[in-house]
Amino acid sequence: MHELSICQALIAQVSGIAHERAGRITAVHACIGPLSGVEAGLLADAYPLAAAGTAAEGSRLELETAPVRVRCRTCGAEGDAAPNRLLCPTCGDWHTDLISGDEMLLLRVELEVDDPPPQQTAMESSHV
Amino acid sequence: MCEACGCSASDVAGKDAETVAVLHRLLDANDQTAAHNRAHFNSHRVVAVNLMSAPGAGKTALLEATIDALKDEFHMAVIEGDLETDNDARRIRARGVPAIQITTGNACHLDARMVHDALHELPLFDLDIVFIENVGNLVCPASFDLGQHRNVVLLSATEGDDKPAKYPVMFRTADLVLLSKMDLAEVLGDFDAARAEQAVRELANAAPVLSISARKAVKLEIWTGWLRGEVTTIRAAQAVTPLAQGNHYHRHEHHHSPAVA
Repeated sequence: MHELSICQALIAQVSGIAHERAGRITAVHACIGPLSGVEAGLLADAYPLAAAGTAAEGSRLELETAPVRVRCRTCGAEGDAAPNRLLCPTCGDWHTDLISGDEMLLLRVELEVDDPPPQQTAMESSHV
Repeated sequence: MCEACGCSASDVAGKDAETVAVLHRLLDANDQTAAHNRAHFNSHRVVAVNLMSAPGAGKTALLEATIDALKDEFHMAVIEGDLETDNDARRIRARGVPAIQITTGNACHLDARMVHDALHELPLFDLDIVFIENVGNLVCPASFDLGQHRNVVLLSATEGDDKPAKYPVMFRTADLVLLSKMDLAEVLGDFDAARAEQAVRELANAAPVLSISARKAVKLEIWTGWLRGEVTTIRAAQAVTPLAQGNHYHRHEHHHSPAVA
């Protein structure tokens, strides 16, 4: 169950972004491929625990996945594959490269940011 | 301000919604520490090998046999990862080789930070090879780069030859698969080395799949031969890396993110 460790790393990253932007996190979007070694359901379960007491507390975790796809080194074909059978869908050769499916990515963060103070806005607009 | 069209509307009075695109790996901080560890190894011309397997596949027995076979040729050390006890480290030290035990508590894997802390207890200048014996687990260690140069995965004859199909993430990225305890295969009768190799190939992995028995010293020389070849290859690469010129700047005090568990 390494998903809690990974979730803590995710929270550390998004907390850094929230700090830079002086905002409150409302949603976090991540992409987890079937060959990432991370179980999306366990990551979702771990998220509220890891987020508690951080800038991400109360935010939503939105997970998307990516298809397992390979490109054949022998015939050049591309296609879908099963996670434990990364064979060329056209010629059946095993000399393939994975082109999608091992993602473990933080995609984007949605934040709620306070409006700038009114006097600063007035100063800025006077320069325009 | 509204991100979509630039108008001044927002969902909450006095609050703006903002979306920040990131596209970082979730384990970015671990990856950075792992790169730092690799720089450490390279600057000392040390080759780092990460050993992974299910519990009880024979990682420590393999290391004992390897130390006995290569102790006149290489200076070696071992970083041991276990949930509890320093039994494995004591077994290694009994062979006259330094061993650092990391006890992870309930953590199911080693991460780059733990390995980094252990590195500072090892005399890297005097070493040729550091073996990292990961926590016995075919799932979690696969996700964490430690800064190693090579991944070696052991699959023992008692586990079944379809293990690579069951744990594709682990076996897909192995640089070498060692079929261990193969002296038992004859007794068991249902472990087929060719089927295990086929399962590795179906993960699009061209890594050598070698059959050995550490306890009976059966075909150990094909493993030590592979290791010797990799040490030569990695050291040739280290010799042309600027970091190998001995000016590796040690900046870990301000390199690590304190928030990384």
